[in-house]
Amino acid sequence: MSAGVELDHVTVRFGHFTAVDNATLDIKGGEFFSFLGPSGCGKTTILRTVSGFLDPSEGSVRIGGQDMSGIGPNKRPTALIFQNLALFPLMTVADNITYGLRVRGVSRAERDRKAQELLDLIALPDQGKKLVSELSGGQNQRVAIARALAVQPKVLLLDEPLSALDLKLRQHMRNELRAIQKQVGITFIYITHDQGEALTMSDRIAVMSDGVIQQVADGKTVYDNPDTPFVASFVGENNPFIGKVSKADATGAVIETPFGPLRGRNPKNLKSGDKAILFVRPESFALGKGAPDATLTAETISSAFEGNATHVFLKGAAVKNITMTVGRHGGAKIPGPGDKATISYDPAMGVVLAEGKMARE
Amino acid sequence: MSSRLFVFILPVVVIAIFWAMARRESKLAHDPTHKSFFERNGTSLGIVFILLVAFWALFLVTLPYLYMVVESFHPKLPPAQRGGPTDVLTIAQYKSFFVNPIDNEVNGTHIYAFVFSILASVAVTALNFAICYPIAYYMAQAGTAQKVRLLMLGLIVPYWVNEILRAFALRLLLASKGLINQMLMGIGLTETPIDFLGNNTGLYVGLSYAYLLVMVFPLYNAIESLDKNQIEAARDLGAPWWKIHRDVVMPYAKPGIASGCTMVFMLSAGSLAAPQFLGGPSTLWFTSIVYDFFFQSFNWPRGAAYAFILLAACIAFVMLMLRLFKVSLGETIR
Repeated sequence: MSAGVELDHVTVRFGHFTAVDNATLDIKGGEFFSFLGPSGCGKTTILRTVSGFLDPSEGSVRIGGQDMSGIGPNKRPTALIFQNLALFPLMTVADNITYGLRVRGVSRAERDRKAQELLDLIALPDQGKKLVSELSGGQNQRVAIARALAVQPKVLLLDEPLSALDLKLRQHMRNELRAIQKQVGITFIYITHDQGEALTMSDRIAVMSDGVIQQVADGKTVYDNPDTPFVASFVGENNPFIGKVSKADATGAVIETPFGPLRGRNPKNLKSGDKAILFVRPESFALGKGAPDATLTAETISSAFEGNATHVFLKGAAVKNITMTVGRHGGAKIPGPGDKATISYDPAMGVVLAEGKMARE
Repeated sequence: MSSRLFVFILPVVVIAIFWAMARRESKLAHDPTHKSFFERNGTSLGIVFILLVAFWALFLVTLPYLYMVVESFHPKLPPAQRGGPTDVLTIAQYKSFFVNPIDNEVNGTHIYAFVFSILASVAVTALNFAICYPIAYYMAQAGTAQKVRLLMLGLIVPYWVNEILRAFALRLLLASKGLINQMLMGIGLTETPIDFLGNNTGLYVGLSYAYLLVMVFPLYNAIESLDKNQIEAARDLGAPWWKIHRDVVMPYAKPGIASGCTMVFMLSAGSLAAPQFLGGPSTLWFTSIVYDFFFQSFNWPRGAAYAFILLAACIAFVMLMLRLFKVSLGETIR
């Protein structure tokens, strides 16, 4: 039913431009796997390579253990859902859904039966005779999913299919996609630049930047234990403190920053003297003093009330401000603009990584 | 006499009716913000505009056609007798297409030429479509921008050469001692030269080439706006290339296909140079007959009647085809 997808040292070049650089991955059968990265990071190129529209310049793609080189997109056990859906405007909803069966020579009666089955799955049982232009964006979204599922692919590839929808619908479709994936049990490979989508839906996420896979892990690991400064700064909000490691011990590392020495975990075993970046999440900060190497004082610039929390912006050392998020329940007094604020964090919630490229804001 | 005068009065009457309707309309639905034509352009400039447009529409377009229609319902007479008692309205010219007035037999030669012209034009249209569809598809979807520009240049530049010269060039290529026959005999494919002109190969090649652009550009325009993802989606769903064209590209490009085919058909059926220079000695193209009536036997009434028979038949044929087209379009949607 489902099949795993293996990328074996896949490199894709366009002229002198390397879109995907030596990607090696093992996506398990039945997994909901996301590629997350900013636009131009090579995630769509990977998708097109898996679906067969592009050939890797080096390396190979295997689906269900079978090498796919030389096999065209119409012969692969994959189905692709396009960013703009690419439904056929001159066909009815039912004809769209069963087009893959029609080109395989399936009889009209069988196609009608299958169309009804899939229309029931996507909860549009009476819409088969309509044209796609008569349905709403969210409904077309589901039609595109049904059209892809109709050919019983072993792997479903999704290229940012939710990006055209409005926020509410997008959140609703996330749950729906996840539910459909659980129901049909096939491998989903999902491309997105929206970390919220990747974190909520995926079993595992590959974070990409400039054609290189930075980290492959489940959402919680990617968020809490980023491998590179790029992952730390791209997934979720994060506050970087750049400096040199002054002390490395069993519990972590201390780096010298313009705010004094600050401590964090040291998963990469950096040594004293290494250039490093400490990342602390906005929600890890609290007002008031803490451990001496996990406390800093800075000038408040402004604050923004957001209902369930308040974001406080403090003057950072470089261009970027420090952001801290204060929850509702503490009842803490929010410092006003110009006030000096002393804030601290649990050193276990900070992470020290070797200096490297960060995500652009 | 009266009927010829009628031709000049008819447009005036039509214009008067439209003017009265416009006046009534502006009175019934008065829009205070709307400025009249003369208020917008000034009286003198407005009058110049109207006179120029009227001259062009009436004297250069409408009246010559109307005059030919009237002429086709008159007998051929020497100038002295025009307007005399023998100058009566008659359908004799139209009848002469079916029954030869000299021997009262069925006019086989002309009917044959008529049917042949129509069928040959259909064949040329089909041939042209078969050649142009891949070119247009390549230009619109497959080719890189640079190659498409080169191809377009290669298509357009030969059309700077005039039609008669092009037809002669093809004649030189296809003649019995022409380049192609020399080559075929040189490599031993044939002993005696093939009569490309006599068997009408030259005619089909010449007509197809003459109207290549008329087919390519409507197709190109139609296919160009098709979202590439549609093609990829069909391919991803398992469709082989020809099913992608049958189910996705062609239904989408239908308006362009219809317009290209209509124009090529109309133009071939009414073409003069290519059939005259490239047709075989026994090939009689219908427009050549019309031409001869006008310029050889100076029988304008009969030439006009023949021309209108051709025009009416072509319009009817195209309408029929469009009807059929729409039905099949409906089936694709269903």
